[in-house]
Order: sequence, then C-alpha cells, then structure tokens
Amino acid sequence: MTIISAVPPPEAPGKAASVPSGPGRHAIPGPLRFTGRAVRTLWSNGKARLGLIILGLIVAMAVFAPLLAPHSPAATTFRPYLGPGGVNWLGTTGTGQDVFSQLIYGARISVLVGLGAGALATLTAVTVGLLAGYRPGLADELLGFVTNLALVVPALPLMIVLAAYLQGHSVWTIVLVVALTSWATGARVIRSQTSTLRTREFVTSAVFSGERLPRVVFREILPNMTSLVAASFFAAATAAVLAEASLEFLGLGNPATVSWGTILYYAQQQNALLTGQWLMVLTPGLAIVLLMVSLTLINFGVDALSNPRLREK
Amino acid sequence: MALLGAEHLNVGYQPSRGQRIWAVRDVDLALEQGEFVGIVGESGSGKTTLGHALTRMLRPPAHLESGVISFDGTDIASLRGERLRRQRRNGFALVLQSGMNALNPVRTIARQFGDVLKAHAQPGEDTSVDGVLRSGTELLAAVRLGPEVLRRFPHELSGGMRQRVSIALALALQPRLIVFDEPTTALDVIVQQAVMQTIKDLQRDRGFTAVLISHDLGVVLDTADRVVVMYAGRIVEDKAAAALTACQHERQGLYHPYTEALLGCYADPRADVVRLAGIPGTPPDLSLPQAGCSFAPRCPLAEQICRDVDPPLSPLGPGRVACHVRARTANVDVEAGRVS
Amino acid sequence: MRYVLRKVVLFLVTLWAAITLNFILPRLMPGSPVDAALGKLASAGVPVTNAERNAIEIQLGVPHASLFTQYGDYLRNIAMLRFGTSYSFPGQTVAQTIGSALPWTLMLIGASTIIAFVIGTLLGVYAGWHRGRAADSSITVGATFFGAFPPFWLGLLLLYLAAFKLGWFPIKGGYNPGSSPDWSLSFVSDALRHSVLPALTLIVTTMSGWVFGMRNNMINILGEDFVTFAEANGLRSRTISLLYAARNALLPNVTAFGLSLGSVVGGTVLVEGVFSYPGVGGLLFTAVTNHDFPLMQALLLVITVSMLVAIFAVDLLYVRLDPRVRR
Repeated sequence: MTIISAVPPPEAPGKAASVPSGPGRHAIPGPLRFTGRAVRTLWSNGKARLGLIILGLIVAMAVFAPLLAPHSPAATTFRPYLGPGGVNWLGTTGTGQDVFSQLIYGARISVLVGLGAGALATLTAVTVGLLAGYRPGLADELLGFVTNLALVVPALPLMIVLAAYLQGHSVWTIVLVVALTSWATGARVIRSQTSTLRTREFVTSAVFSGERLPRVVFREILPNMTSLVAASFFAAATAAVLAEASLEFLGLGNPATVSWGTILYYAQQQNALLTGQWLMVLTPGLAIVLLMVSLTLINFGVDALSNPRLREK
Repeated sequence: MALLGAEHLNVGYQPSRGQRIWAVRDVDLALEQGEFVGIVGESGSGKTTLGHALTRMLRPPAHLESGVISFDGTDIASLRGERLRRQRRNGFALVLQSGMNALNPVRTIARQFGDVLKAHAQPGEDTSVDGVLRSGTELLAAVRLGPEVLRRFPHELSGGMRQRVSIALALALQPRLIVFDEPTTALDVIVQQAVMQTIKDLQRDRGFTAVLISHDLGVVLDTADRVVVMYAGRIVEDKAAAALTACQHERQGLYHPYTEALLGCYADPRADVVRLAGIPGTPPDLSLPQAGCSFAPRCPLAEQICRDVDPPLSPLGPGRVACHVRARTANVDVEAGRVS
Repeated sequence: MRYVLRKVVLFLVTLWAAITLNFILPRLMPGSPVDAALGKLASAGVPVTNAERNAIEIQLGVPHASLFTQYGDYLRNIAMLRFGTSYSFPGQTVAQTIGSALPWTLMLIGASTIIAFVIGTLLGVYAGWHRGRAADSSITVGATFFGAFPPFWLGLLLLYLAAFKLGWFPIKGGYNPGSSPDWSLSFVSDALRHSVLPALTLIVTTMSGWVFGMRNNMINILGEDFVTFAEANGLRSRTISLLYAARNALLPNVTAFGLSLGSVVGGTVLVEGVFSYPGVGGLLFTAVTNHDFPLMQALLLVITVSMLVAIFAVDLLYVRLDPRVRR
C-alpha cells in the first residue's frame, strides 16, 4: 500500500512567526533580567505582593539600622528594668540596654541567618536532588537513603546537640547548623521532580543529541524547576528564621550579639514577664512572626506560579 | 416537543489573565427523545464544552454567557444547588472519558453504586446493602459485566471495565438523556468497538437519547443516527448519518466544505493506493474576534461574503448547513427544480 | 503486602542508621566530649565507678580503642539501655532519668498531634471546598499567621496571660510539686491542668501545616475527573466533599506525617523548656545548659527512635486507608 499525502503537516496553531532570539539582544545581564521578571510575576499575586513589601521593609530596617535606631543596642547606659517611656520606647533590659534599638539591630542577624541558611540549605538540596534524581542506580539509592535519614532525625534536637558540641558561638556556626538540618526536605522534592523530568522527551533528545550530563542538567532540567527551587528556598528560609530564634532563645547562639532571639533569651533570664515588661517579650516575637509570614506569603505566589490550579481568580 | 433544546447558546472561558475565549457560539440544537446524536469536531471545536453545558456541568472559568437550555420543557440553565441535583434523576447524565480517574479510587464499586442510589432514593426504594447489591448486579449486567466487579476497587479493573462501570453508574439515574464525552478515546480499538456496541445496544433497549461526543468521525458514523459537526464553537452541519455516508457524487453540493474535508481524511486501509488529504491551515485562535465564517481561511470555496458575514445555520437538503456558498447553490437548485 | 514488607525493611535499616549516627556524632565533634563529661562529674563531686566510666566512654568515644570494638560495645550497651551516668541528676543513670521523663512527653505530643491533625484537617477540607470565598481566606490567613508563631514565644505569652495574669493555669511543671506521680484521680486531673497550656501552644503552632496541606490537596483533588463524575451523578455535596474529595486528599497528608513530626518534636522541646514541663524536651534543655553530653546524646537517640516508631506505625496505618497499596 502506498500512502500519498496531499497536504504538508500543520504548523503550530495560533501564533505568527516567532520572534528571533539570540545572544546579545539585551543590554541587561541575564540573571538580573530573570530576577526582575520573577519579582514582577510575584508582584501580580496579591499575597506575594504583601510578602514582598513586608520583607522589603524588614531588610531595609536591617540595612539602615544605624540610621533608624536611636541608641546603640549594646550600650548599658540606661536604668535597667524600665517600662516603655519617652526615651526608651520599649523599655530597657535588665542590664540597662534600650530594647527598641535592639529590636532594630536584631533584624540584621535574623535576616542574615534566615536568608543565608535558607540559601545554603537550598543549594545543598538542589545539588543532592539533581544528582540523586538524574540517574537511577547506586548514587540515587544512596543519596535517597541519606536524605530520608536526614529527614527522620528531628531537626531541633540535632541542632541543639550540634550547637552544644561545637560551642563556636559565631553566627556562621548557627548558619551551618541550621542549613545542615534543613536541606533534606527540599532535596526530597527536587529529587522526585528531577526523576520525573528526566523521562520527558526534551531531556531524552538532548542526551541523544550528545549533550553532556552537566549541560543537560543545567540547561534542560534545572530551568524547568525554577519555581520548585524558589518554593524550596522560601520554605527553608522561613524554617531557618525560626530555628535561629529558637537556638538563640536557648542560649546556644552568641549571647553577645543582638538578635530577636537573644532579646527573648534575656527576657526569659531576667524574668521580664514578672517585671511587667511584656512589650520586651511581645515585640521581638512579633517581628519574628512578621518575617516568617512575609516569606510564607511570597511562597504562596511561587506556588501559584507553578500550579495553575492554585492561582487566584 | 424536543427533549433537550438549546437556543442561542454562548459559552465563554474567562481566564484570570488574558482574553476571554468563546468556546461555544450561538448554538441552536434540538434533541428528540430516543435519538442517537453524534457531535463531531477537532480539539477546540467546542464539542466537549457543549456537552458539559447541556448537562449543566460547566466549571469556572467556563460560564454560560447567554442562551436558553430547556429539558422536557423546564428551563435548566437557571437551576442551582439542590434543585439542579434532583433534576439529574430521571433527567440527564454525563459519562466522561475512561481512564485512571473516572471512579473514586478508595471506594469499592458497590459503595459507589450505593452513593448514587442513595443520593436519589425515592421513598419505597430499597437502598439497603442487599438492595444496592441487587441493583448494582442488574446495572452491571446491562453493560455486560459480572457481579464480582462490585467487590472490586477501581484500580483492580481494566480501562474498558472502568468505562462500562461509569456507564452503569450513569444508568442508575434512569436518565432520559446521556451525554458520552469521548467514551472510548483512551481505549484501544478492540475494546473501543466492544464498548461502543454496548452503548448502541443500551440505547436501543432503554430508549434514552444518546449524545456521543467524539473527534473520530468514523466511530460516530458507525453508531449515531444523526451527526452534528462543530467548528470553532459553531455548528456547521447537522444531518442524518446515513446522508453523510452516501457516495461522493450524490452528496456534492449539500455538505459543508469542512465536513467534506473531514470525510476525505478517512481512507480505506485495505485499498492499494491510499490518498490522504489533510485540511491545510490551522484552527482559529478563539480569543480573537471572528469576522465572517471561521472556516473561510481554510476553505477551498471561500468568497468575499464568507469573510465578511457569518453564515447562519439554515435548513439545506436533509438537514442544516452553515455555509453561504452551499446555501446559494441550493437556492439556485430549488428554483431550477432540481432539489426540493 | 510488598508495601508492608518494604516499610518494615525501611524501618529496620533507618533504625540501624540512626543508632550508628548517634555513635559517630560525638566522635566527630571537636574537643573531647568524654573528658568534658568525666571532668564535669568529677567537679560535681560525683564518684565514678569503673563501670560508669566505661559506659560513658563507649557512648562518647573511647580513647585509643579501635572503632570497631567500640561499635560492638556501643550496640550492646544500647540494647541493654546502658547510657551512662548523668551529672545533672546524680544518683540516677541516664536511662532512669529518661525513663521517668519519656511518658510525659509521649502523652503531651500524642494528644497534641492528634488534636492538631483532626482540627487542622477539618479546617483544610473546609477551606479547600469553599476555595476563594471568605471562609477560605480567613482560614488561610489565620493559619499563616498562627503557624509562624515561634512555639517558645506563644508559650511565653500564654504563660503570661493565662497563668500569671489570670491565674487560670499553673505556671510551671507537670504536676504540683510535693505530690508524687500515681494514677489517682486527683493527680491525673492535676496533671491535665498542667498540660493544657503546653498542649495548646503545640496545637496552635503545628496545626497550620495540616491546614495548608489538606487545603492544597483538596484543591488538586477537586479538579479530578471522579469528582466531576460524582457531581454529574447528582451526589450530595456532603458526600462529595467528604467521601470523595477529602478521603482522597487525606492520603498525601498521611504520607507526609513523618516529615512534619520533626518540627512537632522541636516545638515540644521549646514548649517544655518554657513551661518547665518534666518531659524529655525539658531534659534536653537542662542537659544543654549543663553541657551534659551523655544525657544529651542519649536523649537524641531516644527521641529519634521514638519518631521512627511513630512514623512506622503511621505507614502501617496507610495500608488501611489506601486500597491501591494492598496488592
């Protein structure tokens, strides 16, 4: 049987000729353009917009702390155990430090550790997830097992034990400890997504056309997981903020630095509630909540980007 | 009086971002009791949307923009909530494509029958466990399945069996009209044939109005009495199936060019030389306003009037056709006494 | 059955890995935890018998001994629950100390988790079913806000408001000091009174995870064909939302239970610290403050193993819920 086809196969429906693309079309560098586009897309989602605004304000507070805080946070120049008043808007600590200034400066550590540990954890998660998900076999099984183990060991107790052992008491110790205990959730998700993507045609065709493994992973698979990685980052950052505050509260951080967690640590040590200084307890906690909520709100926007069913009407 | 009538039906999809798409435009359709109607069209023609609209199963972002839908004389377009739900018993039913997700994965088939029967139970009907098993066995037998299926979970059944169970569940409503939305698309050809035969037999034995939605003209011509062809959200042809299978020279001049092209896409696989003719071009972008006949860009007969004025669906020969050129030549023939 | 077998194997292997991790950890840390522990015991004036010194060394690192023999001794000790002596509680072995604290924590976590799961799931179902409407928005906003509360902070606030200011609940402890634990009605009701605030803190902070998970699952499931088909067949709203949608949406939440347990445990540690509740969390708090390594190490092991057992139990429960894994 001969088959004669009288009509050429149809082109892709709907669109006119596609816009030619190529290197050097834009003056702004790629990653910056990408971030700009990402922020714009998130901005269109109501919840994410609110989150971005709050986060922006907190980061600004951290950056401009010296300008915003009326006094130095560590200076013990005031009378201790004061309630809120004209000079000290939120009162003073048991050693005569201004709580309001501490609150403003405290943003620095919380933002730094939150975003830093979140980024470190996400980087680890992406690396492990991509490696594990890309090829079935020994690497996949082994990394998968390590990931599951890391998931099962409870995070805070492990962090506590590690911090107690390390006794480094520097911010970087905290960042390391937090990142070490929170990479596994992201790794698991990324691994499963990678192993789903690797069976898709565009990956198979890239492999067959001779592209080498790192290129396939970075050029074909990773770009399809951007929203997943972003969601992972924001979730990790949220958890990191809480973890850092918890460690500081338990006295495992560096009590000499000022962070929202240490304010609460001293509040507990100095029985702030019994001395009636409830603002000293309320405000740092509220600040932690706001930072975490802002990150979660942004994550709503990222979720909606990747799952159309969750998009707002 | 028609069992189900739609007049000037318009259905739009309003996405959160972007243009509204008109999926169904100005559809007039009347379905009689006991008819077997096939609705044919390519992807995006609006056939599934129409099927969902007729059974009041449209979901946001799809919405019924305007038009009247009447079932047995009652306007059902404005029904909501509990009144709409009750209307489904002894009313209209929808059977979806087969596949993994047509049935609730965590309930046995027996329980799912129970859910349907209890949801519409009239006083005096037996909805006890035994009653449900009895009714279930009866309904399954009608679709040629044995009673052991009742104890199973959906994942333990094959695709074809799941599709038959879906049909049996719809039958539990004792509907007077059933819309089958691509019931065999996900099945292989052999199973497809068996399921279609079952549907044909059921329709003949029980006398409900069947509406078969499919992109496969062959399947429709094989089972339906009447064929409705849709393109870009409009009905372009509405005729008896027998008329469509008539020979080439007999049907010349009475068919919409799109229908003719569709018929030309099929070839006899047993022939020595097979001529495959596709339809050049692509379906239109439904988010853009459509001036004139939607098929004009791809139509070999297109004239200026086709590009300017939307052709009305008017009676022509043994049915209805929406085409200026055909309508004009038919009038000439009528006047010349050649065609009545 | 294959599913169950796989879960059993996974449980055993992970159990072994957790025990081994616990073995490796102190030996990786800088400094010598053993010397620190022995030193602390000496300065606390606690006499250390050779057997006790041996136990501590096996836990934390025997100098100049092969890793292999250490590991063997370690496993044997674990099996016999010999964790050494703690100087935070002289006169008791670590095993005894943990043993008296564990039931308190188990009851607190157990009750809080179940209540949080039930309420959170119901709220998530409601929010998902009424997606986009006022109920959904308020539930989502509420869950986001309350879920971000650091457990220790909420605990402090509740302590201040309900216990200190209003005096409705006791300020600290698990039971009135001076009474000794038994099963009498007065003790049990006293213990319950003491556990209300800690439990409330835990419930509020862990509930949001279930709410969001369930809501997202509901939204995904509601787009599935079998829900559309159920509606086309005219099933009642309640039947569809509960027996068709929620019942299926529940499944991913159950599989994710293990993941969330870690944060529940973390929260418990903080809450017990704030309320001075006599559970293992409070013990960990004490151990860390005192740099009590043997106690800390043993606590980590006990907590991890308890979590593994709980996750395993839930995995087995999953078989009852999803017929697709029963092959």
